[in-house]
Amino acid sequence: MDEGRYARRIQYEMTDGQVNTVNHSDGPTGDAGTDGAKVNVRLEHVTKTFDDVPAVDDLNLKINEGEFFSLLGPSGCGKTTTLRMIGGFEEPTSGRIMLGGRDVTYMAPYHRDVNTVFQSYALFPHLDVFENIAFGLRRRKVDKAEVRRRVGAILEVVDLPDFERRRVNQLSGGQQQRIALARALVNEPKLLLLDEPMSALDAKLRHQMQIELKSIQSRVGITFLYVTHDQEEAMTMSDRLVVMRQGRIEGIGSPKDVYDNPSTEFVATFLGASNLLTGEVARRDGSVTTIDLTNGSTLSVPTSRLPDQLTSTTVKVGVRPEKISIVAANATVGPNQNSLRGRVRVSTFTGVGNQYLVEMASGADITVYAQNIGEELAPRSGDEVLLSWPVEHTFAVRPMESGLSGEESES
Amino acid sequence: MSLTPFARVDESTGSERASRRPRRLGRFVLPTYSWLVIAYLVFPIAVMIVYSFNRVISGLQLVSFAWNGFTFQWYEQWRSIPGLTSAFWLSIRLALVSTVIATALGTLLAIALVRYRGSKFRGKGGIEQILFLNIAAPEIVMGASLLGIFVTFNIARGFLTLVLAHVMFSIAYVTVTVRARLAGFDVSLEEASYDLGASPLGTFRLVTLPLIMPGVLAGALMAFALSIDDFVTSNFVSGSSVPFPVWVYGASRVGTPPQVFVFGTVIFSVGIVFALLSLGLSKKRA
Ligand SMILES: Nc1ncnc2c1ncn2[C@@H]1O[C@H](COP(=O)(O)OP(=O)(O)OP(=O)(O)O)[C@@H](O)[C@H]1O
Ligand SMILES: [Mg+2]
Repeated sequence: MDEGRYARRIQYEMTDGQVNTVNHSDGPTGDAGTDGAKVNVRLEHVTKTFDDVPAVDDLNLKINEGEFFSLLGPSGCGKTTTLRMIGGFEEPTSGRIMLGGRDVTYMAPYHRDVNTVFQSYALFPHLDVFENIAFGLRRRKVDKAEVRRRVGAILEVVDLPDFERRRVNQLSGGQQQRIALARALVNEPKLLLLDEPMSALDAKLRHQMQIELKSIQSRVGITFLYVTHDQEEAMTMSDRLVVMRQGRIEGIGSPKDVYDNPSTEFVATFLGASNLLTGEVARRDGSVTTIDLTNGSTLSVPTSRLPDQLTSTTVKVGVRPEKISIVAANATVGPNQNSLRGRVRVSTFTGVGNQYLVEMASGADITVYAQNIGEELAPRSGDEVLLSWPVEHTFAVRPMESGLSGEESES
Repeated sequence: MSLTPFARVDESTGSERASRRPRRLGRFVLPTYSWLVIAYLVFPIAVMIVYSFNRVISGLQLVSFAWNGFTFQWYEQWRSIPGLTSAFWLSIRLALVSTVIATALGTLLAIALVRYRGSKFRGKGGIEQILFLNIAAPEIVMGASLLGIFVTFNIARGFLTLVLAHVMFSIAYVTVTVRARLAGFDVSLEEASYDLGASPLGTFRLVTLPLIMPGVLAGALMAFALSIDDFVTSNFVSGSSVPFPVWVYGASRVGTPPQVFVFGTVIFSVGIVFALLSLGLSKKRA
């Protein structure tokens, strides 16, 4: 399999000098995300404006070879536009796009070793399933028997065997989406752009396809640039991800980094849920900074988790709901713990745990997820409680500039 | 009183009930009306077909509209009038050549009009106006002015001028037909084709053209039909090469030979076959 791919690369080199994919040191197992990894995609100050409105705004991004990289963000934040520029369907207004070390900013899409799974599928209605999938292979003059074999194999992967002669408009949305995926995957490109490739699949199929995608990726070392609305999908599948907002990067890193240490208020609320409390930076004692909340309490934040450039002393202190322990009001709190008092307003049993809404004296609510592990204390509505969590699970972000906040519709 | 949804609809929406009566009436009026229109449209064609089988008993072999009995004589002797036969073949050649040229040019123009706008296609509005004018302008005016042009530039009238004229008046029809087909065209299909490594030319051949083919064929059919029976323009620019309609017009002043009906019937039948084929094709593709 891998050898076939290697041979094919060399063949490209011979048949089409334009293709920029020749990379003889292309290891069969792309070791994703490690420090020495090769950069496959590089966006440098890429901006795209439509009628003077920026859809993508000064984007800088490096994606390593063999990496599974996701783009997350609300509808209209520029994810599709970013993919279209990398695929070659849109020219950046300014900036540079590099693929495998080569500037492709203005290169035609048919000269790029990139395949796309389009958000709208874009299957050819005049061709049957087999011809749709074989389209890319045929353009590369892959021989007939090999085309048959690979189309058959990829149809197995997407769980649609015996669909070869079906017309694409006789397929359900989910089936069409899987054919679109197969049509791109079968070419085993250097870079695969996927624009919400599983939005039309049910949970079971989606899970199955996620596993397949990951296994194909590790087998042939394709770099995946993946757009999704599904945070869980992004977090479980990705080596790294970015959260975009209004054409800009709001947060970048491994799913754990971005989740545990969100860089902005937007990321903190877009990716998972966060409790955010406004306060003022009071003093720094080495590795720990103390913040006075507007409601009178005091919290500690690791100094390393403070936003880099603070323009004012006002910050928002955050903690994820599942990091908080809920204990009786008279309990004592250990060292290196933050604590807040409140009264349980709503308690909801969710099966895997309990979700509490705890009201502070200031009137603000804090959300707490407690796992259902049979603890004796299960506070009920109206109970006075103490909330505590380790200082290291506390983060601080700059407050969102007013005027920009909350205008996107989260989807 | 029952409270089923059906009962409630009947009671509450008066318009529902009001629409009942015309529908019952329509069961009678609409078919009658339709058949009358069809008869009106088909009658001249039927006359032509029927009288192509009519025996001629007078000495001169000319059409007479008394029914003298059935015969295949005119089909057997379809080539017996030399001027008519060569006019017919000239018309066929003319229609084929002008259809091919007009369809190619018209299709490309339609694609350009749909794809490009603004700074990428200056003068697009002007071209659209001209297309409209071309269809709307009286043919007699265009014929006369074409003749003027050819005479002024001293271009000998014949097959070449006929082709030029026919292409000129067919392009607009092809463009309008193909453009209608292109209106619903999903551009991302072409992007997908590029994405999979097809060049622009390959994409046109493998994706764009097959998808707009029904429109292209319909346009070609239109161009062919316009060309094969064009009299007005052809009469101005034909010079010494006389196409079928011009020949028939000339002959009819003396008397129409029955073979004219034979050719008419054949052209009509072939036209019907193509129309049905294109209908079937566009249904299949839709
Ligand atoms: N061809 C275009 N012309 C004008 N504006 C456009 C065009 N394409 C995209 N935009 C605008 O650019 C912005 C980003 O669009 P984009 O399609 O990249 O969003 P997205 O992140 O993919 O959203 P979604 O999650 O809904 O697919 C939007 O505000 C959109 O309206
Ligand atoms: Mg999109």
